Amino acid sequence: MIILFSITVLLVIVSFLFNVKKTVKGMKIAVKRFGKILIPLLIMLVLVSVILYLIPEQVITEYLSDGNRYSNTLLASIIGSITMLPGFIAFPLSGILKDKHVTYMVISAFTTTLMMVGILTFPIEKEYFGVKVALLRNIMSFVIALVVAVITGILFGELL
Amino acid sequence: MMNKNKLVKIIIISSFIIFIVVSYVLNFEQGIDIGKNFYEFSLNLILVLPCAFILIGLFEAWVKRETVEKHLGKDSGFISYLWAVILGGCTFGPLIVALPIAYSLYKKGAKLTVIFTYLGAAAICRIPMTIFEASYLGVKFTIIRYVVSIPLVILTSIMLGSYLEKKKFKIMKGK
Repeated sequence: MIILFSITVLLVIVSFLFNVKKTVKGMKIAVKRFGKILIPLLIMLVLVSVILYLIPEQVITEYLSDGNRYSNTLLASIIGSITMLPGFIAFPLSGILKDKHVTYMVISAFTTTLMMVGILTFPIEKEYFGVKVALLRNIMSFVIALVVAVITGILFGELL
Repeated sequence: MMNKNKLVKIIIISSFIIFIVVSYVLNFEQGIDIGKNFYEFSLNLILVLPCAFILIGLFEAWVKRETVEKHLGKDSGFISYLWAVILGGCTFGPLIVALPIAYSLYKKGAKLTVIFTYLGAAAICRIPMTIFEASYLGVKFTIIRYVVSIPLVILTSIMLGSYLEKKKFKIMKGK
């Protein structure tokens, strides 16, 4: 975090020293772009905080720790697709799942979809790339997540 | 139409904020919990996003179109995918940060296949996140995920990108 902050400040200063006009232009682009996604971003944050309240960690853990491993994998990838959890929540949660003897296959499906597929981020993605591309990218990522999960399962000796 | 849509969204956001404030005043537990969630997520993004957008702005002002085209454009070779993966790995923050960067690269002439690779890589192999992941789930888990997912991301990105390029698809904001 501090690194990112320092790099940004440093680059702005360097840029300013070399070319004031270009720096101002850059800042204008930054403000404009940020302003455009501000509202969809806030909407997403509102939804994430409400959904995370409705589906707390315990519920996720409970559902994924018993039952069939294939249906659990699918369930994990669906839960992972809806929510977009930041890493500082997602990985400790995955750690809990591991301690509860949830299979690596299920955890893999969960974390990969968490990172790659986002139904809640879809409105923002759509702003940049349009509905079609955003849709295709998300579907593609979902399939990748399932493949990764199955291979993880095989390599951890959970399937064969 | 567009404005009406925007208005609805602003109303949703404002009523959410009012709900949280009222919850705090009346000590309504559920509301406070949701408010805490909101605060945690926003804090994370509010620190990262301004930096990201400033860097994007500087990138657009300074980097020449030809430079991006040469390394990531139509005539660039397979090495462009390697660049995309490295760039993705170095991206801070969640996918929301990667999206405007990808858009910027596209505007500067990077090809679609590279853009998709970048987005995929930014989602799955950000370096800071990976260290975190390995500490919770073990190095083996992380290595498997990398080795399997990166080639898949590159492969599907090439498929999706070429399909869209063949159809003369152009990215237009908001369409």
